[in-house]
Amino acid sequence: MSEPNDIHAYLAEFEDIPGTRVFTAARARQGYHLNQFAMSLMKPENRDRWKADEAAYLAEWPLSDEQRAAILSRDYNRCLDLGGNIYFLAKVFSTDGLSFVQAVSTMTGVSVEDYQAMMNAGGRSPQGLRSKKDPR
Amino acid sequence: MARITAGVASSHVPLLGVAHDLNKDRDDYFGPIFAGYDWTREWEKAEKPDVVILVYNDHASAFDMKIIPTFAIGCGERYKPADEGWGPRKVPDVHGHPDLAWHLAQSLILDEFDMTIINEMDVDHGLTVPLSMMFGDVAEWPCKVIPLAVNVVTYPPPSGNRCWALGEAIARAVASYPEDLNVQVWGTGGMSHQLQGARAGLINREWDNDFLDGMIGDTDRLRHIPHIEYLRETGSEGIEMVMWLIMRGALGKRTAALHRHYHVPCSNTAIGHLVLKPDN
Repeated sequence: MSEPNDIHAYLAEFEDIPGTRVFTAARARQGYHLNQFAMSLMKPENRDRWKADEAAYLAEWPLSDEQRAAILSRDYNRCLDLGGNIYFLAKVFSTDGLSFVQAVSTMTGVSVEDYQAMMNAGGRSPQGLRSKKDPR
Repeated sequence: MARITAGVASSHVPLLGVAHDLNKDRDDYFGPIFAGYDWTREWEKAEKPDVVILVYNDHASAFDMKIIPTFAIGCGERYKPADEGWGPRKVPDVHGHPDLAWHLAQSLILDEFDMTIINEMDVDHGLTVPLSMMFGDVAEWPCKVIPLAVNVVTYPPPSGNRCWALGEAIARAVASYPEDLNVQVWGTGGMSHQLQGARAGLINREWDNDFLDGMIGDTDRLRHIPHIEYLRETGSEGIEMVMWLIMRGALGKRTAALHRHYHVPCSNTAIGHLVLKPDN
């Protein structure tokens, strides 16, 4: 066994990682329709309808008002809070013509240029970011 | 008798596929990444594997949230590159090996690994990028491919220990296939990367290289790494590295390294690549 065999203990540890939302069953349930909406953008005809009228397209999906607002404003951190998963949300930002670096940088509070520079310099150090209890 | 002759590990960043498809693979940014695969491309031309068992994860392409198989094996004849939102990659269709795949599926289930069987699906960058990295620009892929998709998106993914044990079971199943086939097992994904939240962009060069070390020789310490360690040390998407352990488990007690490559960054990700042979 490499994992704790108690699911509660297993899940509890995930809440201790700063700046990270692990895609647990709870998030998968909360974000089910949000992620399935995003998945629908895999089809070119759906992408066309979405681009023509985003709000009307979203209205076809049983989402919460908060989820709709988060998607329309491309607030990806908020989308993650509301159960979105990055590989599904990728369908939204790909449809916008954004790369992973461009979209991911919007979640970090720095400009895409600064984010790219950080990556080119070796990425973000895990130092101080392994646990919310780490000294910063 | 079929035999596993080698294992290959590689990241499968989608941007590598873009760079390859747009002929940017030798520019200043991508050149050092692709140069690390030149050795392997020559080696693969000499090795001429008949079949690659390609362990990867689907990124919301063939599987959505409706069905989430933990371990799924492709038993079909042919798989098309998926349209991931910007049109399918213009790379060859992937040809399966249904005889060996069904043999593996049946053997694994008897061996208590309850596989999901896939007869039809499209395959995304997780599978086609490693093929491009190892074989380059080709009219047809030079071998048959058995896709083995692992859920590493919705928690819990399989444990590292379970992945390693699945690799061991794959080795037993391959060894009981009567036809003489040269089989490779590839483990893909990783290395450190986080694509979400304020911690996005995390890279852990030291941990990644220790993981590369642990793939080589007779140690089995990597099978005991818990998910929480991948999450803390390698970012939320670093968990893909459990898929490397299926390949490692399939190579037996001891491995020898033929080639090793590590580069930061590619997009948001640390690139890692290993070629191993069983050394038992």
